[in-house]
Amino acid sequence: MIRVVNLHKGFRGQQVLKGVNLEFATGKITTIVGTSGCGKTVLLRHLNALLRPDEGEVFVDSVDIVKLPQKELYEIRAKFGVLFQGAALLDSMTVFDNVAFPLREKTESTATEIKKKVEERLEQVGLGEMGGKLPAELSGGMKKRAGLARALIMDPEIVLFDEPTTGLDPILASSIHQLIARMHATFGFTGVLISHTIPQVFDISDYVAMLANGVIEELSPPKTFRASQNPVVQQFIQGKTEGPIHVL
Amino acid sequence: MLSLLGRIGRYATEQIAGMGRMFSFLMSAIFLAFRRPAKIYLIIHHIKTIGVESLSVVALSGFFTGMVMGFQGYYSLRKFNAESWLGSATALGLLRELGPVLSAFMVTGRTGSAMAAELGTMRATEQIDALDSMAINPVKYLVSPRVIASLLAMPLLTAIFDVIGIFGSYVVGVSLLGVSSGSFFAGMENSIVFHDVYSGFVKSLSFGLIITWICCYKGFYAPPMATGVSQATTESVVLSFVLILVWDYFLTSIML
Repeated sequence: MIRVVNLHKGFRGQQVLKGVNLEFATGKITTIVGTSGCGKTVLLRHLNALLRPDEGEVFVDSVDIVKLPQKELYEIRAKFGVLFQGAALLDSMTVFDNVAFPLREKTESTATEIKKKVEERLEQVGLGEMGGKLPAELSGGMKKRAGLARALIMDPEIVLFDEPTTGLDPILASSIHQLIARMHATFGFTGVLISHTIPQVFDISDYVAMLANGVIEELSPPKTFRASQNPVVQQFIQGKTEGPIHVL
Repeated sequence: MLSLLGRIGRYATEQIAGMGRMFSFLMSAIFLAFRRPAKIYLIIHHIKTIGVESLSVVALSGFFTGMVMGFQGYYSLRKFNAESWLGSATALGLLRELGPVLSAFMVTGRTGSAMAAELGTMRATEQIDALDSMAINPVKYLVSPRVIASLLAMPLLTAIFDVIGIFGSYVVGVSLLGVSSGSFFAGMENSIVFHDVYSGFVKSLSFGLIITWICCYKGFYAPPMATGVSQATTESVVLSFVLILVWDYFLTSIML
């Protein structure tokens, strides 16, 4: 279980997170929505301590990871899989080697075991024939799939998705959403997803959290979220420029 | 007045903090290089990129540097009727000074800039964050093998530069300007001592460390955007050149 308590973070005098409190339900997918630049990715990066807060705590299974030394932090990070916005595949390696990379670096698995598991994951994300390609030879959607296969290769308890559908057309975006839902059903991980592709993302989410003005304005199941009377939520859902969310 | 003093103070504090970060980056890269498991395959890969792939440019620049030294040495020594000392003068200059410094410049331009650009691009495309999030220490994976590889490759490249440089000087001095081949080698044999070779070796070792330290640091912490990568590459090359020359002065004054 992940719990964020009174999280504050600023960059060069600009306060991005102003006291975020949020709890992510175990085994469920929680989607964080919000306007571009509102701090969603900053919040996500705190969940596995890629960023350290100015103030506040982040608990993973009751352990505050904010001030953990590197060795203990790496033990906690082993519970996580991360799908980055641009997939962040290591561009000097093939897709197969990218997916195999965590197994080779972090486990004692034999080459045969690694091959079997990597091929299984690539098959699951629909890239069965693409193992020999370099990331530069893949389309945007394929990169995300390969990134997802790598994120899932260590059977993580928690998977973080940083805008997995950014830059994709609606059909591809929808296929990535379906893939995430299918993988969640198969592996049962706790998913934290950052997105602004609404309402499509509601279909795969168990909970939706709205980040605006540096705080969580709403956390509820998708159905309740849509019906929320919170003017911030309504402005975001309806895409209005006038309202409590300040748009430049 | 107070605001000016404040700005100067803030600038000085930032610079000192930056130097501290650079030093701590180097220390962690060296410390992690000795932590298991050793990344032998990465060290071999980087020896290839730093050493083997820089070989042609080092050899070519060594040859022409030696030829220029042949001409200039002959011109200067002739004024004192001491042309026969050409071999000695060239070898001393190359072994003690020009070999380590110029081969370090070549490696900085050829490989150091590529290191900074590669790590900078990895930072911009979140590949370094991806390593970190997979609980793989990016300094151990990306920097430590390069540090070891440069420590192994730089002295060898310098040695090749020296030998080819001496050959270049021989071609000009003996074949073109008519200096006696015997006196060219005899002068060299009489004047070169182990300390000359040793000081060149120490310099090349430390220059190798400076190049990987600066170039990896600049790339590793490059601002995550296109201009950030280009800025990191430029800064890494300029700072490496300057530090090589400054450190060369100190080493020369200590080891003379």
